[in-house]
Amino acid sequence: MITVEHLTKRYGDFTAVSDLSFEIQEGHIYGFLGPNGAGKSTTMNIMTGCLSATAGHVRIGGHDIFEEPDQAKRLIGYLPEQPPLYMNETPLEYLRFVGEAKGLRGRELAGQIETVVEQTRLGEVKNRLISKLSKGYRQRVGIAQALLGNPRVIILDEPTVGLDPIQIIEIRDLIRQLGQEHTVILSSHILSEVQAICEKVLIIAKGRMVAFDKPENLEKLLMSSNTVSFTAEAERTEIEEILEEIEGACGWQMKENGNGGIHVEVRIEFGELTDICRSIFTAFAERKKALLELTSKKANLEEVFIELTESTPSQGELPGTEKKEERISQGEAKRQVGRPREDGTAEDEAKPSKDGTERDGERKDEAENLESEVTER
Amino acid sequence: MIAILKHELSNHFHSLTAYIFGAFLLVFVGVGAMIYNIQQAVANFEYVLSFVSLVFVVIIPVLTMRVIAEERKQKTDQLLYSLPISTVQVVIGKYLALLAVYMIPLCIVALYPSVFARYGAVYLPASYGCILAFFVMGAALIAIGVFISSLTENQGFAAGIAIPALLLNYYSVSLAEHVSATAFGSAAALCAFSVLLGLVIRILTKNEMMAYGVGFALIAVIWAAFFLNREVFEGLLPKIMRNLSLFERFYSFVAGVFDLTAIVYYITVIAFFLFLTVQSMEKRRYN
Repeated sequence: MITVEHLTKRYGDFTAVSDLSFEIQEGHIYGFLGPNGAGKSTTMNIMTGCLSATAGHVRIGGHDIFEEPDQAKRLIGYLPEQPPLYMNETPLEYLRFVGEAKGLRGRELAGQIETVVEQTRLGEVKNRLISKLSKGYRQRVGIAQALLGNPRVIILDEPTVGLDPIQIIEIRDLIRQLGQEHTVILSSHILSEVQAICEKVLIIAKGRMVAFDKPENLEKLLMSSNTVSFTAEAERTEIEEILEEIEGACGWQMKENGNGGIHVEVRIEFGELTDICRSIFTAFAERKKALLELTSKKANLEEVFIELTESTPSQGELPGTEKKEERISQGEAKRQVGRPREDGTAEDEAKPSKDGTERDGERKDEAENLESEVTER
Repeated sequence: MIAILKHELSNHFHSLTAYIFGAFLLVFVGVGAMIYNIQQAVANFEYVLSFVSLVFVVIIPVLTMRVIAEERKQKTDQLLYSLPISTVQVVIGKYLALLAVYMIPLCIVALYPSVFARYGAVYLPASYGCILAFFVMGAALIAIGVFISSLTENQGFAAGIAIPALLLNYYSVSLAEHVSATAFGSAAALCAFSVLLGLVIRILTKNEMMAYGVGFALIAVIWAAFFLNREVFEGLLPKIMRNLSLFERFYSFVAGVFDLTAIVYYITVIAFFLFLTVQSMEKRRYN
């Protein structure tokens, strides 16, 4: 449906998008994920013909956006980051203008306006001035505008930014609904949001693609970042013996805390954190060794995301799954180096990660935590 | 294009600008008609239009200032770029809407000579010829205003540039008498103009190489020409200033001459500035 090939955009010396290539199939919801300034909006603006590219091609349904802009633009509905609304008009007037500009006339125009107003539930406010509408409603007018002309692809740039939690949920529901009939591409810098709606996620950082995969697969990568840390009064060898028996523990670091105890940080690849804490506790208890402290820390999705985006490869190659994994482990290696390491005990002999299916519940918790975190902001 | 035209028209009539523009134009035409045609009992309606043309310096920038600047400020220009319509269609649609807004008060003004003709001998061809010229001149000024509006996202700034620009144009003939007519003076002024042009290019394109290149190349050409043939520069500056004046050409219509070259000149100005507007909007796609 959409093919982006070697897309590059430079502003003077600054490269906003660098050699980006990907392909978008029809009939899915895609997520563009990346920190602010990663090049998401730039890419979307180029895909919709609002911006020219320094190099590369964008084809929408076989039409090049630069060479056949008319045909290509007819296939797209676009909602920019800031909804492009005329404040002194009512939603109905505004939609009529956009519909006419998209070439709709007469009964067809009226019919489509009615459909999109219903879809975006604008009925109540359709005759009020846009300047008087709340941000959530404005966003919906923006989405309604994108839906006119029944485009095959709908591109939404940060559709939920600045909305309150209820509005966010409503807009997400709307997007899910749209995903049934259209190909939807949305951008966000919030991981949980993309996870919640999208079927495939494209992560961009510094204008390059870092990962392009299903959210479940990305999640699996993120899982390996849970940690359990404890301080124990025991010998190093003893601690190691115990840890080797714990399932899911992969790699640890030890540090003497000065009071005869040893502080250990264990990276957990799979398994419930509470179960692991329990087995660590019982293992030490059985050996009659004192545990002075025991805490677990769930992977902070955002942290891992930052790591992913910061360890961007120097060349904008197209990462397949293996390459991506390789990059993740690079990131991990970097993190390991960053930590104080006393001797060679901290090993990152990566155990093969198990299927994360039994952890669905936990993942959901995590997403929810994050969601509430996000909405609090 | 029709969608843009309709949308712009409804926009103009939803906001006050169209009414203010029309009201001012009509008030000044009314005052002029009072003074010239009624109090002084002159049969030439052309004088009224010549009197009113100064008002254009203020009301045209007020009419045109928001046309493109506001789209940028509200980021609605992104919508225009993403719609399946070309920039040329957008600019022409907007321009035609402005012309329509300008035509409405002018239609009322067009009644004046025929009303006056009932009470005395008015030479109607001269009056209507002059009204036509007045319309085309206004259209040219509107094109300049649209272009200036496309340069910025601040309406006030657009008006702030357009008013002095039109004022300078209005007075350029009177000023021409006071500027240096010597060859050296003309060459120096042209050099200053080249530097200005270089600056404008630098601000617009942020391309220093091109700005310096154009600026220095022009200066080099000017001085080379100056040393090769001084006579060309004799009285050149006042001549250029006189020729650039849009208002000066209008006075031949006021004098009762239907000057076709002036009409062609106005149409060229319109085409040139609309072209520049399209370029200015397209340029935003590039950075």
